This record gives sequence, C-alpha cells and structure tokens, in this order.
Amino acid sequence: MTPDMGSGMQAPVILDIAGVAKRFGGLQALSDVSLRVRQGQVYGLIGPNGAGKTTCFNVITGLYQPDAGRFTLAGKPYSPSAPHQVAQAGIARTFQNIRLFGEMSALENVMVGRHVRTRQGVLGAILRHKAAREEEAAIRRRALELLDYVGIARLASRTARFLSYGDQRRLEIARALATDPQLLALDEPAAGMNATEKLGLRELLLKIKADGKTILLIEHDVKLVMGLCDRITVLDYGRPIAEGTPAEVQKHPAVIEAYLGGMGA
Amino acid sequence: MFYFNYRRQPRKTVASLAALVIVLIAFPFIASQFGNSWVRIMDYALLYIMLALGLNIVVGFAGLLDLGYIAFYALGAYMTGLLASPQFAVVLQSFVDQYPALGAALVSFFGPEIAQNGIHLSVWLIVPLSALLAGVLGALLGAPTLKLRGDYLAVVTLGFGEIIRIFMTNLSGPVNITNGPQGINLIEPVRIAGVSLAGEAGSQSTVHIGGYAMPSVNAYYFLFLFLCVAIVFISFRLQHSRLGRAWVAIREDEIAAKAMGINTRNMKLLAFAMGASFGGVAGAMFASFQEFVSPESFTLMESIAVLAMVVLGGMGHIPGVILGGILLAALPEILRHGVEPAQQFLFGKILIEAEILRQLLYGLAMVLIMLFRPAGIWPAPRQEDRPDADIDEPARSTDVVAA
Repeated sequence: MTPDMGSGMQAPVILDIAGVAKRFGGLQALSDVSLRVRQGQVYGLIGPNGAGKTTCFNVITGLYQPDAGRFTLAGKPYSPSAPHQVAQAGIARTFQNIRLFGEMSALENVMVGRHVRTRQGVLGAILRHKAAREEEAAIRRRALELLDYVGIARLASRTARFLSYGDQRRLEIARALATDPQLLALDEPAAGMNATEKLGLRELLLKIKADGKTILLIEHDVKLVMGLCDRITVLDYGRPIAEGTPAEVQKHPAVIEAYLGGMGA
Repeated sequence: MFYFNYRRQPRKTVASLAALVIVLIAFPFIASQFGNSWVRIMDYALLYIMLALGLNIVVGFAGLLDLGYIAFYALGAYMTGLLASPQFAVVLQSFVDQYPALGAALVSFFGPEIAQNGIHLSVWLIVPLSALLAGVLGALLGAPTLKLRGDYLAVVTLGFGEIIRIFMTNLSGPVNITNGPQGINLIEPVRIAGVSLAGEAGSQSTVHIGGYAMPSVNAYYFLFLFLCVAIVFISFRLQHSRLGRAWVAIREDEIAAKAMGINTRNMKLLAFAMGASFGGVAGAMFASFQEFVSPESFTLMESIAVLAMVVLGGMGHIPGVILGGILLAALPEILRHGVEPAQQFLFGKILIEAEILRQLLYGLAMVLIMLFRPAGIWPAPRQEDRPDADIDEPARSTDVVAA
C-alpha cells in the first residue's frame, strides 16, 4: 500500500457507516451515527464519558449487534454480525483495557494475528508438508517483522503478561496489524500511559499512518487527538454533534457546550 | 537428567532421547522379572496417558473444562465390544426376538455369518473407527456447550458423561445392545499380523513372535507405547501450529481471539473432536486389553482422575501431562503394593488397612502438589521479566523521543 496523502479528500473511502443505532434496554446508546473514513486518514472519535464511543466501536467490530445501520468497508458492504467475520473483512482492533493472550509469548501473540490470513488445517499441522512448513515460516517471519516495526523485537520470546504496560500496547497494535487490516481501530490506546509512553505511541501511530494504513481512533487525550487526527467526529449522548478537521471541531459551539458546559459553571 | 531442546543443545537432546528410548524399551523386560503386575500397571498408565493427552487438548489448550471426558473412552471401548466380539450376534438375536420384521431385515442385511458369530474387526479398523466415532460424538456433544464457560461448561459436560454411562447401563432393553450392567464379554484381544497379543490358547499368556516369547502384558506394553508416541507426536504438532495457537488464544481471551478473526465455534468443536478421538482410541485398546467392558469403568471418578492428571501434571504442557498421567495412574498401584509390606517392616503388623491408607496418601499427595506447585508438577516454561530488567536495559524510550 502506498500512502495516498494528497489532500486526503480524494482518497477512496475505507469505512462508510450510516444511520447506525443501538439500544440497550431503555438507553439509546447510539442513534443515527455516520462515519466516513478515507484511505490513509487518522480518524478520531471523541466525546465526553458515556457518549457512546466504545459502543460505536463494538458495533463496528461486530462485538455488539446494531439495531440499524449500513456498513461498508472499502466499497463492499459487510455485516457486523460476528467479530471474526469483521476481522476477516479487514478491520482489526485493540481494546481499551489491553486484551493480550497473557500466557503466550509476544511472538506467538502476533502469530495468532496471522490466523485469519492463513489456511493450514489439521492435516497440515500433523504432517507438516511443504505448504504447511512454508506457511508457518511465513507467519513467523511476518510476526517478527511486525514486532520489530512496533519496536519490541527484542522481547519476542517474553511471555506477554510480563511485558511493561507500554510494550503491551505496542504488542496489541502489532497483533492487530498482523491481520493485514484495511482499517486499524484503536480504542483509547493512550489510556493509562505516562507522558513518555504517549509520545512513543504518537510516533508509532504517525509511522503506521505514513505507511498508508487507515486508523480509527477513540481517545480521551485531547492533545493527542488534535495533533494526530485528520478528521474527527464528536459524539454526545450517542449522537454525532460535530464532524470536521480538528480545528473546525474545536470551534464548534455544540462541542464546546458538550465538553465545557458543565465545567464552565 | 534428560534435556530436550533441540535448538539449544542438539547433541544433549539426541542423547537424552536415545536414553529415554532405551529405558522405555527395556522397562517391561526388567519389570517382568518382578512380576507381570508391574508391567500391567504400566499398561494401564499408558492408556491413562493417552486419555490425559486427549483431555489436555480440550482443557489444557482450548481451556474448556470438560468433566465428561471419560464418555469418549466408554464409546471407544463399547464400539470395540460390539465390533470385535460375539456381542453383535446377541444384538441381532434380541432384535429378532423383540421386533421380528426389523430383526429379519437386519439379519438378512448382515448375513448369517454375523448373525451367528458377531462382528470381528481387526485392530487396523478398530483404531481409526474408534477415533472417528469418538471424534464425531465429541463435536456433537460439544456443539450445545459452545456458549458455556468455566463451571457451567463443567456441569453440562459432567451431565453428558453420566448420560453416556447410564445409556450403557440401560441399553439392554427393549433390545439388548450393551448387555447392561453385566457388560460385554469375550472381546477379542488385539491381533497383529496373525499374532494374538493375549497369547494363543493354552500358552499361559505368552506371546510368540518368531522364535521369541514374551508375556502378553509386554506385547500390549509395546502396542500402547507405540500409540502413545503417536498421540504425543500429534499433540506436539497440533500445539505448534496455527490451530494450537488459536486454541491457546481462545483459552487466554476468547473475545480477543474472536476479534483477531478466529472462528471460535469451529476451533472449539475441533478441540472437542480431537480430544475425544484420542479418548476413543484409548477406550478401544482398553476393551481389547481387558477383553471385557462394563459401565462401571466409566464413572465420574474416572473423568476426575484424568482431569487430575492434566491439572497436576501441568495444563497445556505435554511432558507435564505425561508425567501427571504416569504418577497418578501408577501411584495408587504402587501404594497398593507398597503400604502393607512397609507397615509390616516398620511396626511388625498391619495397623491401617492398605486400601484406606492408599486413598489417604493419594489425597495427601494431591493436596501437597497443589500447595507447592499450583501450576502443576511440570508446567509450561514462561519467560518472565527479571524485576530489575528495566534498570539494566538501555532506556527504551530514546528512539521515541528522538523521532
């Protein structure tokens, strides 16, 4: 994939969702949410606590069933009915509270990410014929590359749950990248990080963006979002209240109201 | 003592393997000097190792707590009971008695030979068939449990295990299939290349291969050892494959596994099927070895014993599971043989009955293992951070700040 930087506006649309609604009992968690993420963009999804950002994420990635909405990924409609099908279609995600495979090594974690792009079954595993050996070697090679890419290659054989917090985040991103995603969806990657770790994360995300990947980002850290994102949608009470470039969004009266309305008092 | 890591030290590994092979081959010849019962104990231990390795795929790799695993052992054993004994003739006869029309159709379908003598399949068919049957039933019984986890899964599988056993106990009427609580008798011993591993009639359980003679238990030992090695090999290959990693991923975090594109439903069914197929093979061998099966061999206690082998040995770690299997299968027998002479020697008389003391020591051993080695006797190795690792490594953040 070549980076298609241009103005960002002519680039093809990767993720297009429209009219998404989700209700939990009496709570309308999402109503009429629409997003249009273009190739090569870092797209921010922000909003006050409880605005429905993570719900929106879980709907996009198939963890929750939406009540309504159209979902298109790279021009093809997809149905977010099962997470593994969404991953297959090309959306990889990370989790707000890191969810690694704790007892596996860092390398194995990333190798699991290759599962969805590889084929070998029981016979290949037992007989280990040529095609199976080649596939396994390719999985290992790609996983090592990705560990190196996110900067933790030297921790490849370390058991994942003994990694530091920042390294666990990097590992989770490497694992997501291993699925060859069209869209990388990151749920509050900077949560719980100190200032140095946040800087490192920012560099990593810029690198991923520069390599032409498209990123959908939920983040609380306003500084990080404003500096990183090309476009932003602001959610409040499950509805999109503003959409635009960071500069536009910052000036939007509804956003100021949502964020500062309580604080101004 | 033994060292197994071909990448790090190929020579030492090859030497260890060679030593292990010699020990395993020499064992029955040495042990049978002290009586065949020691080899017999080892035969049963090998069967338990096969079971434990099968359950290890379900519990150890995929993390699905299965308390009904012994059902697949029962299925393999009863399948052998039906297909390698006169029992099938009994089944057909009881159909003729109960439902003459259906019975006549079945008899004409199977022919007079089977109606007279039952079915007698060779071991070459019994082993794959038992694996297949148990595998299919493993997936079928697994299917309704896919949404369950932990305790709930354990209770449901426990129920399934009991259902199978109760079926075996009660399928003696209206048509007699399993002979009920009396079990199936006269199961054919394994016959390889015309040689019966139970020894020919009148040979006092001595097997003659060429000019060479050995006790029947030794012949079975080698057969079971061969099957065990095959199962260990398959387990290793599965573990270090895309499928094995997917299983462990499901065990570690099912939601993350799904989000990484793993079809957890299919992978769980595959784990149930693979695990069950090992159990089926072990069951078939058990039936041929004992030449008799009855429902009381397949109680919940047996399921728990196999689970204990997996957990005490080291869940998900194949060498640990093998060790657990040997220890828990052989320990009760060794205690059975050992506690009375030991008491005689120490006190000059028997203070506590062997059977009671044996249970006591067995329980104590389990408690001690869980206290001092909660991850099992021989758990999977993990590479941990040393507490001071961050200090003596160059600051990782430099590459980041510079950028």
